[in-house]
Amino acid sequence: MGTNNAGVPMSGGRGDAEMADVGASLLAGLQCPIPLSDYPTVTLAHGGGGRLTQMLIERMFVPAFANPTLDMLHDGAILQVGGGRLAFSTDSFVVSPLFFPGGDIGSLAVHGTVNDLAMCGAQPLALSSGLILEEGLPMQDLWRIVQSMQRAAQRVGVPIVTGDTKVVDRGKADSVFINTAGIGVIAEGIDVSPRRARPGDVVLISGEIAVHGIAVMSVREGLEFETTLESDSAPLHDLVASILAVAGDRVHVLRDPTRGGVSSALNELAGQAQVGIRLDEAAIPIGDAVRGACEILGLDPLYVANEGKCLVIVARDQADAVLAAMRSHPLGRQAAIIGEVVDDHPGKVVMRSRIGGLRVVDMLSGEQLPRIC
Amino acid sequence: MRFVDEYRNEADAQRLVQAINRLVTRPWTIMEICGGQTHTLIKFGIDQMLPARVTLIHGPGCPVCVTPIELIDKAVAIARRPEVIFTSFGDMLRVPGSEADLLAVKAQGGDVRMVYSPLDAVKLAERNPDREVVFFAVGFETTAPGNAMSVWQAKRLGLKNYSILCSHVLVPPAIEAILSSPNNIVQGFLAAGHVCTVMGYWEYEPIAARYRVPIVVTGFEPLDLLQGLHMTLKALEEGRVGVENEYARSVTREGNTAAQKLMQQVFEVCDRQWRGIGMIPRSGYRLRPEFAAFDAERRFAVEGVTAQESPLCIAGQILQGMKKPNQCSAFGKLCTPEHPLGAPMVSSEGACAAYYQYGRA
Repeated sequence: MGTNNAGVPMSGGRGDAEMADVGASLLAGLQCPIPLSDYPTVTLAHGGGGRLTQMLIERMFVPAFANPTLDMLHDGAILQVGGGRLAFSTDSFVVSPLFFPGGDIGSLAVHGTVNDLAMCGAQPLALSSGLILEEGLPMQDLWRIVQSMQRAAQRVGVPIVTGDTKVVDRGKADSVFINTAGIGVIAEGIDVSPRRARPGDVVLISGEIAVHGIAVMSVREGLEFETTLESDSAPLHDLVASILAVAGDRVHVLRDPTRGGVSSALNELAGQAQVGIRLDEAAIPIGDAVRGACEILGLDPLYVANEGKCLVIVARDQADAVLAAMRSHPLGRQAAIIGEVVDDHPGKVVMRSRIGGLRVVDMLSGEQLPRIC
Repeated sequence: MRFVDEYRNEADAQRLVQAINRLVTRPWTIMEICGGQTHTLIKFGIDQMLPARVTLIHGPGCPVCVTPIELIDKAVAIARRPEVIFTSFGDMLRVPGSEADLLAVKAQGGDVRMVYSPLDAVKLAERNPDREVVFFAVGFETTAPGNAMSVWQAKRLGLKNYSILCSHVLVPPAIEAILSSPNNIVQGFLAAGHVCTVMGYWEYEPIAARYRVPIVVTGFEPLDLLQGLHMTLKALEEGRVGVENEYARSVTREGNTAAQKLMQQVFEVCDRQWRGIGMIPRSGYRLRPEFAAFDAERRFAVEGVTAQESPLCIAGQILQGMKKPNQCSAFGKLCTPEHPLGAPMVSSEGACAAYYQYGRA
């Protein structure tokens, strides 16, 4: 079923008059919020985690689904249930190739949702698994993926309690797509929310940035480097638990900088809390191999995806304690203080460069494309 | 990291900034030719560390920016053909043609692929004998050797299904075009270190002498740029003209003669249209007649395609240094990286995109 220019569902397709009526009454008078003249079709950049993704969310999804829980624009929803709070999150995985150094789509799908829950300050309780399989997928590959999901879930200590499987015609999907959803429990006294960032807070990162994106790109694009880069895909719930254990509600924001990288995550946070963020480029941990790859390809590591890293915004008086807690955890050995929340330039991220100049670090615009020279 | 961190040292950078401050007694206007250098200047905040009397003008050395709109339209027309695998460096994919860019063609089902080297496109042609593989061969003297090598290899391998859509441009004629313009305000140049790594710098000596300007071959790291600026400003203050080489760790006067020889075998000099500037005589390369079989324009008969620029875009004035990106009425409003009206807003090397991305609104 398509829509005409007025945004009203056209007849045809299922021909269900009742459905069409409901649809028409819901959507009557609504224009498609993404002007057709701008983007008549969805482009890859709409899923890149940058400005166009944000535009889809802000202009299409949030107005269409509007409700107070969604409007928080957290990594997951936080629901009041009886006297307690549950976090609820979902994520879909379409990575290519399915198997890459340091992980695969199965473990990534478990870690991704576990991390979204952890970024709400929750301990994960249970996961679901939705598989969309392309006809012709080798059964052996599916088995490897399922085993990997099982191992990852076992390592986290969270069961996969429900699932769904669909198979589509060859060519209608790329081997395997996985959706996972999860619920988790938020302990009393924890209050993690993007809007709690306030001037004076300190910004930390749990380790070296841009590893996952470069690891996947190196196999996908057939780039040959001297060393094999492994993805940082990892479950962050335990690291988060140790952060919350030392600083409690003084931990204001947690965010895993996945697609769009550190800069897009921090820009989103600066916008949501209407604060400025100041970064110190020299303090941001980055491995030599990743840095070298980024230099060669003309990519900015601040925009490259991470799958096992966590940004923490914490009250200044707890910053050292949180840093120590992170560094004593296996997933936070390279943790570092990389910046602070400021009054100036609300909604913007500004970085002091390695040589002392200042620049705005904007959200990723479109997909990051390697430069000609 | 070796060979990078040495050239991003804050204490050395501050020393060079202070040295420039002590040196400058008058206003000077310097152009960095290369978009990669523009990017470094803005990314590291160098433009804001310099004395106010030093004006930097961002030159036309962004291959994405100066590729004519007709050529983008030709690329789009070729990429839409079902038998074609259209390959390109990443940042050409988003350059707006008159009605579409290559990413839009991909979204509509065209087989458009990003490659990191034209030799990867040759491999694709070998592996897909039933398809036509076309490589979008744009760029300055930096990409020309690789692109020439791809054609040379394809010929050696006897490939009948590989061709290039060629729009190579050359730096020295562009510098001459700027210097000979009656509106010219540029007093000294930073020449592009990577171009000179290939070509050497002997070509620049007669230009420096004829137009009485200093030209300093400069690298791409922050300290390279500060050092190159210091050398240019010193020459200007002392009234010296001629070519100097800041990027001696990579550039010799002769350049890479093996690469030059290959380019001469495959390409010949021709007149070229520069997007936003117009035709500059003898400012580009095209395939020599012996390699005409690898010319995608002939193979797919798109020679007749013509196109119009957006009337709002002042890319021409920006690329010639007559205006800054934020002096354009469309900048950041009608023209953004999501919706570029002109090519300088597309590539990260484009002056408009650099200004936009790093907040020079």
